[in-house]
Amino acid sequence: MPCNLWKEKLDIYLDGELPAEEMRAFEGHVHSCATCAPDALARVQVKRSIQIVGKRFAPASEFRRRVQGFIATKSRRGFRLTWTLAAALSVLAVSSLLASYLGAWESRREQSYAEITDLHVAALASSSRVDVVSSDRHTVKPWFQGRIPFSFDLPVVLNSEFSLVGGRITYLGQAPGAHLIYAAGKHEISVFIFQDRALRGIWGDSDGAKEHSFNLATWSKGGLRYVVIGDAGLADIGELAKLFKNAG
Amino acid sequence: MDVSGAGHQLESFEELAMPLFDQLYNFAHWLTQNREEAEDLVQETYAKALKGFSSFRLGTNFRAWMYRILRNTFLTSRTGLKVTMTVPLDPEEDGAEGAVERDTPETILFERSNREVLENAIAELPVPFREVLLLCEVGEMSYEEMAETLSIPIGTVMSRLSRARKALRNRLRPAPQEENAAALAKGTNRAV
Repeated sequence: MPCNLWKEKLDIYLDGELPAEEMRAFEGHVHSCATCAPDALARVQVKRSIQIVGKRFAPASEFRRRVQGFIATKSRRGFRLTWTLAAALSVLAVSSLLASYLGAWESRREQSYAEITDLHVAALASSSRVDVVSSDRHTVKPWFQGRIPFSFDLPVVLNSEFSLVGGRITYLGQAPGAHLIYAAGKHEISVFIFQDRALRGIWGDSDGAKEHSFNLATWSKGGLRYVVIGDAGLADIGELAKLFKNAG
Repeated sequence: MDVSGAGHQLESFEELAMPLFDQLYNFAHWLTQNREEAEDLVQETYAKALKGFSSFRLGTNFRAWMYRILRNTFLTSRTGLKVTMTVPLDPEEDGAEGAVERDTPETILFERSNREVLENAIAELPVPFREVLLLCEVGEMSYEEMAETLSIPIGTVMSRLSRARKALRNRLRPAPQEENAAALAKGTNRAV
């Protein structure tokens, strides 16, 4: 290859941008060519001079600190903003989930209260309110044996204003339970007993609350959920609940 | 400086960008030819880069990205617009420039060792020539990296670089009366 063709590529060779094979060939030529060798040397000198001269401007240390401080501040602000947003979104998500969960839980609880009320009303409206008719707790309690998967104690009500009317099997959320009916004057009060686990913990304890215009008390004891409900006064509901709590 | 991998987001912008501070400032000063404007340009570059860091693409060249931001910022600045509008370039053609037969400018430069002459010659180059020459020689960028930085094809990088070198050689070539003096000095040196 004539020298003028080599020289066309001299700068590219010195920039190290020729393909490897061509680089080797060029190197061989430059070392042996009396024309190209000084030209290459001169251009290398120019390159080196430009490298030296080209680096003449250095930033002031104060300016560097200023930019570095600016970056650090912005980064931290960005980091804080990111995390604040992330935290806010997390709180929103958790709140939303919690609200959704609580909403669902509240909905189930209210539905359960409504079902209890329905059971109470339906039983009173029925021509056969109870399946076992007796004021004797030793008669009523054994009647449930083998009919429900748990046992319970009935209180002594002889010296109280309450009298046992009888009992029946009932169901709440497909779980079997005992439904006892007590009379208090002209009022009739229902006492429901279910296994706590069958109600999946949707009931919370309450000494006296109004649900659908009925007074209600509920508590959990020995794995069983007790619900006393009726249109009697809260004091009567509470009193009967107290008798049950002390039974056994 | 290739930044790749999913972990790069964990690296702070500061860790990646500050090592480039000196060379970016130097480049900015060569473009603006003014300390205050260079500082403004660098500061704006870092502000823009920091703001756009989340959009920086994985696996691409971070240094080229920073240089590109600085260059674009300069070109859209008042100084940059003025410079690029008043120094039109001939149409560029891809491919290397023809061989330079005479090696006089290089020899003269070598022999004169005149730093100031070279500085002035570089400073007088039109911005497109100045920047490509500085990116190549001072930034030691590959043709590919320069193409990425300048957003032009590699062929254009090669032709522009070749023309920049030619323009520099022409500026280093002494005026006729100086040439005589240089020749005289050369002869004197040889005699010595």
